[in-house]
Amino acid sequence: MSKFEVTSSKLEVLLKNVHVIDPVAGRNGLFDLLVSSGQVARVGRDLPADGVRVVELPAGCVVVPGLIDIHVHLREPGQEHKETIATGTASAVAGGFTAVACMPNTDPINDTASVTQYIVKRAAESALARVYPIGAVSMGSNGEQLTEIGDLRAAGCVAITDDGRPVASALLMRRALEYASMFRIPVIDHCEDPSLKGDGVAHEGAVASMLGLKGIPGAAESVMVERDISMAELTGGHVHIAHMSARQSLRAVRTGKERGITVTAEVTPHHFVLTDEALRERGGYDTNTKMNPPLREEADRVAMIDGLADGSIDVIATDHAPHHADEKGLEYDRAPFGIVGLETCVPLCIDRLVHAGVIGLPRLVELLSANPARVLGLPGGTIAEGATADLTILAPDQTVTIRASQLRSKSKNTPFDGWALKGAVAATIVGGRLVYVNSEMNLRHL
Amino acid sequence: MTTATALRSRHLLGIEDLDAAEIDLILETALAMKEVGARPIKKVPTLRGRTVVNLFFEPSTRTRMSFELAEKRLSADTLGMTTVGSSVVKGETLSDTARTIEAMAPDIIVMRHGSSGAPHQLARVCKASIINAGDGTHEHPTQALLDAFTIRERKGRLQGLRVAIVGDLVHSRVLRSNLWLLTKVGASVVVCGPATLVPPGLERMGVEVTNDLDRALDGADVVMMLRVQHERMHGLFLPSVREYFTLFGLTPARMKRAAPEAIVMHPGPMNRGVEIDSDVADGPWSVILDQVANGVAVRMAVLYLLAGGEDS
Repeated sequence: MSKFEVTSSKLEVLLKNVHVIDPVAGRNGLFDLLVSSGQVARVGRDLPADGVRVVELPAGCVVVPGLIDIHVHLREPGQEHKETIATGTASAVAGGFTAVACMPNTDPINDTASVTQYIVKRAAESALARVYPIGAVSMGSNGEQLTEIGDLRAAGCVAITDDGRPVASALLMRRALEYASMFRIPVIDHCEDPSLKGDGVAHEGAVASMLGLKGIPGAAESVMVERDISMAELTGGHVHIAHMSARQSLRAVRTGKERGITVTAEVTPHHFVLTDEALRERGGYDTNTKMNPPLREEADRVAMIDGLADGSIDVIATDHAPHHADEKGLEYDRAPFGIVGLETCVPLCIDRLVHAGVIGLPRLVELLSANPARVLGLPGGTIAEGATADLTILAPDQTVTIRASQLRSKSKNTPFDGWALKGAVAATIVGGRLVYVNSEMNLRHL
Repeated sequence: MTTATALRSRHLLGIEDLDAAEIDLILETALAMKEVGARPIKKVPTLRGRTVVNLFFEPSTRTRMSFELAEKRLSADTLGMTTVGSSVVKGETLSDTARTIEAMAPDIIVMRHGSSGAPHQLARVCKASIINAGDGTHEHPTQALLDAFTIRERKGRLQGLRVAIVGDLVHSRVLRSNLWLLTKVGASVVVCGPATLVPPGLERMGVEVTNDLDRALDGADVVMMLRVQHERMHGLFLPSVREYFTLFGLTPARMKRAAPEAIVMHPGPMNRGVEIDSDVADGPWSVILDQVANGVAVRMAVLYLLAGGEDS
């Protein structure tokens, strides 16, 4: 047995008799995993040590393909007071993510290849996780002129979106889907009819009515989900619904899939864990309960859980949206939308989905690794011999207590401060490098 | 109902947080305060040496004057700060503003703010007691208390009364505070307004919702009219003043549906000829000026109780 610690060098180890869950490869059991030269050299049983260190993991650890979060706001360039590529990816690996796709609503907006190139360069210099930029649909994300999608793709963008804003015009959505399909990348849409949203700040329902907050109805989302599915049908393009929250939207996605339309959808942990009742808790009006789409009512939360269980929802993504405490300290209707999510995702998912009996770990790995890779056409999502060693080690039975002040993200805006959850990330390996080890676990002293 | 001798919270953020016994305590205390207002010398030394800051982030004449008068009658030292718009306009966060005020060590902050929940956020960082004098479209607790005081004065009770509340429901903080209060004390409440101005889910608060004014007025002991802002009148909420008055304006003819001896209330300022006919506003049903007078007594009671009651 040898020590297992964070190091800048690549691991040369044989993980012996470890529980591997890899739905794509059909693995769920004890395997040996030889990690060498940044790759998964071999996966099998009774592999010879061949002179490399042999490491056993504590009981209960599970090795899964590196988790991928396809909806992250890294804020660099332009909003480095909220997050940087360095801090955002430090947060990602602490949350078990080996790769993130970052949203284009930076300053400047990622609407030209030069911005994409800057993000790629900064990631190469400072990122602990893989960073896949997502470009804008329209110049300035203002919904008028298409970006040079070919150029963005060539620079490294893996999808396009005007996230934070919807693609308001049906015609622009049509053209974006048609044009992006040439490069085989999806159009991700933040579905929300601007006129129905108005200046709403909370889910339209009894809670917002009681609190005197302006509402955003679920239909503001579903009306655009339905439109986007029609546009995907018309064009044959791939539309991906970002952070779906309303039960009406789920119905539309289900129907679209049944009709064979290329529509995929993601949901965030906060939308299947919390409801608008959270706005009344902790003395009320905690701005860490303000996000877009808003926390909806119980029927919507339950619908999202159903969609995760029955396969209608493809991906869990965090919509990690860091904001500075000064910004979140404003009045409820003036504070920015969004919460950080990278470091709370795995505990919430394991506790509320796996231990709650909604889905098994293999399905969770699909939602957090295999499907995100498939939706954006990324490498990874499975542990294949010869492939890059991007691995996440989970400790599903380890209890963690979320501490906002301890988050690695530069921002601490989470509604889950103080929550005790069963399900932890034990370690994260990116390209064969151990980039995160959970100090609460006994991995250092094997 | 059990009898309360003090309020449980050191803040008055909303009626939602009060129980029926606390509401009763405030109303009983207000009776004594009203008596003070009837004396030739309308001042008692109860809050001598206490500092009350009136922090108004939204223009207000009536509520602010009423609070100032209440504070002065209790001999508190008062100072006012009116700043229109959010603190963010000045580049200052709400909590910075709060800390600045707090540094002057006030005992009570009376706060009016355009954002729902702003006093709740402030209460988490302030040592002073906070009285919500109206937050956004959320609550206006002292208005509901003075309404209850006025109803009790006229009707002798609150429990079992039929109360109709009519007007722009969605934008009204007076509505929400009154719904909490009236349902807690056992009144039966029907709310009425155009479908575009009814917030969803009000039934959950235990009230009936209707768009038919005649139905709402049927047998009502109390009719509360809510103000309809002019800016709602020519857009997507309502087509015109004329149609609003036709459908929802309170006229003497319509008052015939209400119970005998019914009273009509309005939190002010009134739009005569929009939500209420002058013949009603100035007619035998109207207790609108009683509401104004009682506001001072109720606010004195709240200030007194939050400052610690008799023991202080």
